[in-house]
Amino acid sequence: MSNTFNRPIRVLVAKVGLDGHDRGARIIATSLRDAGMEVIYTGLRQTPEMVVNTALQEDVDAIGISILSGAHMTVFPKIIKLIKEKQMDDVLLTGGGIIPDDDRLALKQQGVGELFPPGTSTQDIVKYITEWVHSHRNF
Amino acid sequence: MYNSKATISSINFKQVARALTIVENDLTESAELLKNLTFNKPTPIIGITGPPGAGKSTLVNELINNLLKEGNKIAVLAIDPTSPFNFGSLLGDRIRMASHFNHPDVFIRSLATRGSLGGLSVKTIEMADVLRAAGFDYVLIETVGVGQSEVEITGLADFTLVVLVPEAGDEIQHIKSGLMEIADAFIVNKADRADADIFFNNLKKITSQNKEEQTQIFKTVASQAIGIDEVTAFIKSSASQKNQRRELLLTQKAYQLIQHKLTRHIDKKKLQHAIAEALNTEGFNLYSFVDGYL
Ligand code: B12
Ligand SMILES: Nc1nc2c(ncn2[C@@H]2O[C@H](COP(=O)(O)OP(=O)(O)OP(=O)(O)O)[C@@H](O)[C@H]2O)c(=O)[nH]1
Ligand SMILES: [Mg+2]
Repeated sequence: MSNTFNRPIRVLVAKVGLDGHDRGARIIATSLRDAGMEVIYTGLRQTPEMVVNTALQEDVDAIGISILSGAHMTVFPKIIKLIKEKQMDDVLLTGGGIIPDDDRLALKQQGVGELFPPGTSTQDIVKYITEWVHSHRNF
Repeated sequence: MYNSKATISSINFKQVARALTIVENDLTESAELLKNLTFNKPTPIIGITGPPGAGKSTLVNELINNLLKEGNKIAVLAIDPTSPFNFGSLLGDRIRMASHFNHPDVFIRSLATRGSLGGLSVKTIEMADVLRAAGFDYVLIETVGVGQSEVEITGLADFTLVVLVPEAGDEIQHIKSGLMEIADAFIVNKADRADADIFFNNLKKITSQNKEEQTQIFKTVASQAIGIDEVTAFIKSSASQKNQRRELLLTQKAYQLIQHKLTRHIDKKKLQHAIAEALNTEGFNLYSFVDGYL
């Protein structure tokens, strides 16, 4: 943990597309809040463009996407592409939901961070985001 | 990393966003950045406050819609409370403004009160100044309508809209104590509810007492974009008014800043050390200790 980091971590939590499973996203948003973070929750039916524009204006440290619909192989690459276009590579893109291991690894190679499967403890997720942000964002 | 001398422009959202982060967290570049702000045009600051769930964000969403029609650039600061228990915050005002997320002329920033009690966050004044300097045409500030200490928003905003929801008659007395004095106009939102007209009339009666001039009251159904044009017209006609309360707020702020500067050289750790030592002497007196310390 870098000792210069002295402000609340800001995270955007969103759901993309028509996927209506929002229980996980809500639980993650609340857990991150309870861990002292500032969570911007935009809820259902976002597009990759909306996600990235929001992340930029809110100057978040991390973007968390919840996907249980099976659309992850189109959604995550689109978001990564926009993040690169806007030179926001210093922002963590993470998430979770129903994502098979093979897909998870393929996405990781494209620059997506850890993706968490059902049953992950929220403490592990809080720890991962906190450590990533503290070691990658030094302001 | 960030050039604090650069001119902040409403064209460059990324730069505006980072400037806000710097100022909000009082990062090293903050003092320089704030001193270099230049204000080239008057940007009306509109406060929107009222009890939780009254429809403030929905109303802001509709006001943006209307103001965009004239090609304005609009910035929104949406403030939500920080939990006093875990110091975290869930910022959800944005959800209601989703239709503007991709609009190049709309900048929305959510912020948490971070323990400040007056409905604004500690750095709202500074953040609004960044947005004014960036050249936005309107700055809308949605604040937590806690009822009591709402003086801050009325000082900061050029005018304040208080959003209310039709309730039973005796509720009005309750509202009166907190939000009544600060309204430049009332919005009775959720006017699709049954008691809306009774409430509207009661509110009218109360606000016309003890005042030469009747405070304007608007009826809206924000979720159906009804009544918004009238509110927009009011905003535009009031935009040039001078806010008498700003002097008071700025005096308070200047006092705080001066206080901060004057005490900057006092190291709290050293002070604690000195206190610990002094506590060992018999008959410790805090007040003569302070005299001696300065
Ligand atoms: C509850 C549920 C529903 C509820 C949803 C209620 C709601 N508002 O959320 C209802 C009944 C509405 C529903 C409907 C459907 N469902 Co359903 N549903 C489930 C079920 C049983 C549990 C999901 C859940 O809430 N889990 C609890 C939460 C807490 O877990 P979670 O979301 O996985 O989150 C955890 C992790 O994934 C991770 N995580 C998740 N999000 C994020 C985000 C971030 C940032 C991070 C860091 C981590 C993270 O951390 C969380 C904590 O561990 C799953 C099966 C399953 N076992 O997952 C099927 C499941 C997701 N549903 C499925 C399907 C097919 C549907 C329907 C299409 C069914 C239909 N034919 O009508 C519809 C689609 C509805 C829609 N509009 O999208 C399939 C999806 C298949 C796929 N993707 O390949 C599943 C997997 C069932 C199955 N085995 O077939 N469903
Ligand atoms: N019936 C009705 N519902 C409305 C109206 N305006 C807003 N709502 C609904 O009221 C709920 C709260 O609206 P918001 O705009 O989030 O209210 P808010 O005052 O910003 O809430 P907080 O920021 O949480 O204090 C939402 O479900 C809206 O859809 C209205 O005119 N009529
Ligand atoms: Mg709101």
